[in-house]
Amino acid sequence: MTDLSPAVSALLTGGALLGALLGLLAYVTLLERKFAARLQSRIGPYRVGPHGLLQPIADGVKLLLKEDLVPAAADRTVFNLAPVVFLVPCFLIYATIPFAPGLGVADVNIGVLFFLAVSSMEIVGLFMAGWSSNNKYALLSAMRAVNQIISYDLPFLMAAMVPVLLAGSLRLSEIATAQQGLWFVFYPVIGQLGFVAYVVASVAAENRVPFDILEAESELVAGFRVEYSGMKFAMITLSEYAHVIGTSFLGALLFLGAWSGPGPEWLGPGWFRLKALMMFSLITWVRWSFIRIRVDQILRISWKLLLPLTVLLVMATAIIVVLRGGTGG
Amino acid sequence: MPPETPARAVRTLDYTGSERLTMNMGPQHPSAHGVFRAILELEGEQVVGVDAVIGYLHRCHEKLAEHLTYVQYPSIASKTDYVAAMTSELAYVMATEGLAKVEVPKRAQYLRVLVAELQRVASHCLWLGTWCMDMGGALGGGATVFLYCIRERELILDLFEALTGARLLYGFHQIGGVRYDLPEGWAAQCRQTIDLIEQRLLEYEGLLEENAFFHLRTKGVGVITRELAEDVGIGGPLLRGSGVAYDLRRAHPYSSYEDFQFDVPVEPAGDCFARYQVRMVEFRQAIRIVRQILDGLPEGPISSRPGVKSVAQVRVPKGEIFTRVEGPRGEVGCYLIGDGGPKPYRMKWRGASFSNLAVLPHIIPGHSVADVVAIMGSVDPVFGEVDR
Amino acid sequence: MNETDARARIATDFPDAVVAAGGPAITVTLPAPQWRAFARFVKDTVGCRFFSFLSAVDWKDEGLEVIAYVENTDEHVCVLFKTRLGAGQTACESLLPVYRGADWMERECFDMFGVIFDGHPDLRRMLLPDDWVGHPLLKSYAVDTPYPPYR
Repeated sequence: MTDLSPAVSALLTGGALLGALLGLLAYVTLLERKFAARLQSRIGPYRVGPHGLLQPIADGVKLLLKEDLVPAAADRTVFNLAPVVFLVPCFLIYATIPFAPGLGVADVNIGVLFFLAVSSMEIVGLFMAGWSSNNKYALLSAMRAVNQIISYDLPFLMAAMVPVLLAGSLRLSEIATAQQGLWFVFYPVIGQLGFVAYVVASVAAENRVPFDILEAESELVAGFRVEYSGMKFAMITLSEYAHVIGTSFLGALLFLGAWSGPGPEWLGPGWFRLKALMMFSLITWVRWSFIRIRVDQILRISWKLLLPLTVLLVMATAIIVVLRGGTGG
Repeated sequence: MPPETPARAVRTLDYTGSERLTMNMGPQHPSAHGVFRAILELEGEQVVGVDAVIGYLHRCHEKLAEHLTYVQYPSIASKTDYVAAMTSELAYVMATEGLAKVEVPKRAQYLRVLVAELQRVASHCLWLGTWCMDMGGALGGGATVFLYCIRERELILDLFEALTGARLLYGFHQIGGVRYDLPEGWAAQCRQTIDLIEQRLLEYEGLLEENAFFHLRTKGVGVITRELAEDVGIGGPLLRGSGVAYDLRRAHPYSSYEDFQFDVPVEPAGDCFARYQVRMVEFRQAIRIVRQILDGLPEGPISSRPGVKSVAQVRVPKGEIFTRVEGPRGEVGCYLIGDGGPKPYRMKWRGASFSNLAVLPHIIPGHSVADVVAIMGSVDPVFGEVDR
Repeated sequence: MNETDARARIATDFPDAVVAAGGPAITVTLPAPQWRAFARFVKDTVGCRFFSFLSAVDWKDEGLEVIAYVENTDEHVCVLFKTRLGAGQTACESLLPVYRGADWMERECFDMFGVIFDGHPDLRRMLLPDDWVGHPLLKSYAVDTPYPPYR
């Protein structure tokens, strides 16, 4: 890669990552459906290909062939632009994640901050979708969305600060290497609390059940994306999954030691992926077991419980780090 | 001509100054429990007024009953409360038998109680599944509880299929008794089924009651005071969940219910959680009654008028009667006026869900949109009964 | 109040009412002007707070009859009270000030029979579409009356 100009090599790495990501996301949807099915004592997709392995491809083809409906009274430009504005941040967050030591598209030195800032940009896309649909259900959902995601991005940030303080750097690869000795999740008390707070805040910031009041099918019938069909709908759904997997990867990196694991060095990315998928499975398990709570209860949990807890946690971490005599794991 | 009425008089709370949004829920809606339209007036997330529009499933059963004979009508009586078809048919058939002074043999009465209680278990399975699905989402935890409950309901529907040949609308009751007797091995299969369901109930209670989210969504939500409950005339678990100890099977026993021992659960709180608790106890009591019947089913004929030869076979003398049956949703009643011929002069169907639904405009204002769904689920309407 | 006391009170307070002997419910036929007063009496004095249903019967030439059924859930005293509106008459007092359950029941009664309840604030059709013409449960309305696009 050294003989190519930096721009071209970045383009190639980015392209390769995007390709791998799309493939992963398609099959993650299948994983979720199979997992959910087993929880509900049924089998899940089975017929399309052996054990349903061609199901995501079939779904993709189906969505491509669907008619692209735009409501007559909707704001066309914003309506068409919203899925794109929603999709870009959800895929951009992968740029900073190092999948192996040295294997990342852009390992910026403000990695964590970049991730969180960019991932909250999806609210803009979400609100654009809800507003431009000219639909009361979509509007209600979009308003709830802004409320909820903003409320939960703060505890999310605070929970992510715990590993940052423990590692002494915002750069994601440095946080990963700082866990070679002991994964941050195993740090007494603050590690575990931080991990739990991270999972809760991330589930809420991604509109997953039990915090998926935005798209409560039984009340708002798909919420902000109710008027979307065909490929635009696929883009929105895929972006949501991308966001969930992205935060799973970040969580595995921040708390579960990223690529450290038994066995030789080259197994590292495999362990990383496994840990991310396990975090995703945990989130999915919660999704298929719990009922959702009301939006005012969600907001109450965030502002009155999660935010104070995570702030205290960060302060405690800071004190511990100082008492230990500087940073470093 | 209808009188001059004011513009739609929606019950509203005091105007607090913020902008109001009129939102339409239904008639096609994932949690409308059928075809139901609620026009909600919202201030932000809070509902300040609700106008319930029903009648999408209106087939005018009462007019049909005047034109079908007493022998013909029971076949469609089950289409009112189609989720609990056994109790629906029972109300009409008992009204006719009461007016015509037809004796029902003891075995037939016990069989009627048996299917009514099994139907109660099946209906409550559907209630729990759909309620959790409304609260949890068709793509979420609610769907898990829904699929578990439907799995149990299927077992009971298999029993009914072995007994009557149909899964949902049976045609089991006829004037003078019942139409089918228990086939070989049915009693053993029934015992197995109810043992299994009783075990699985523990699973559901664990899944729901140990979940703080469930308590958050249902405690204090949709409180129906005792006074409102009786005034509007709601029945069944809604009434007992508001502290009124009234069960038709105890107050006015019919079809040999006085021979059985069962508890009647009463909860004073009046919120969704209280109604949930009442129904969970009713599950177990229904299973208890089924066991008592299977242990002590008397021998004898299953009908005092077997073999219908013509549709005008039953003639009912002049008179009126109002029979009530404790269905899974409450009081299902049939007011019948006979005129000596083979068809009723007037048949009024008092549907449990119609009165239950009438309580919604009184309790919904003040709650948020998400609570509307939880409350509707705990009221558990079936629109066959609401619209008839 | 139990059943014998209730019957005695009805006989003294409402001498114009005709009380049928026997029956699981106390069946009372009232003159139309005493409709709401009787409802208030039966709710407050007899204690029948549970409102079961309200409906009507079309007796062809004799006119409409409105019936209501209430119960005292503690003492299990049931009262079925009715009133004849008279040939060609459709006006009746509304029970809504007494029983809130009468709200939807009276709307359905208006929808099906055309009885106009005096004192009901929102007497719209309940089950049929708002623009339906005719009252189906009247004996003069044929069961197969065409009504596009529904029938």
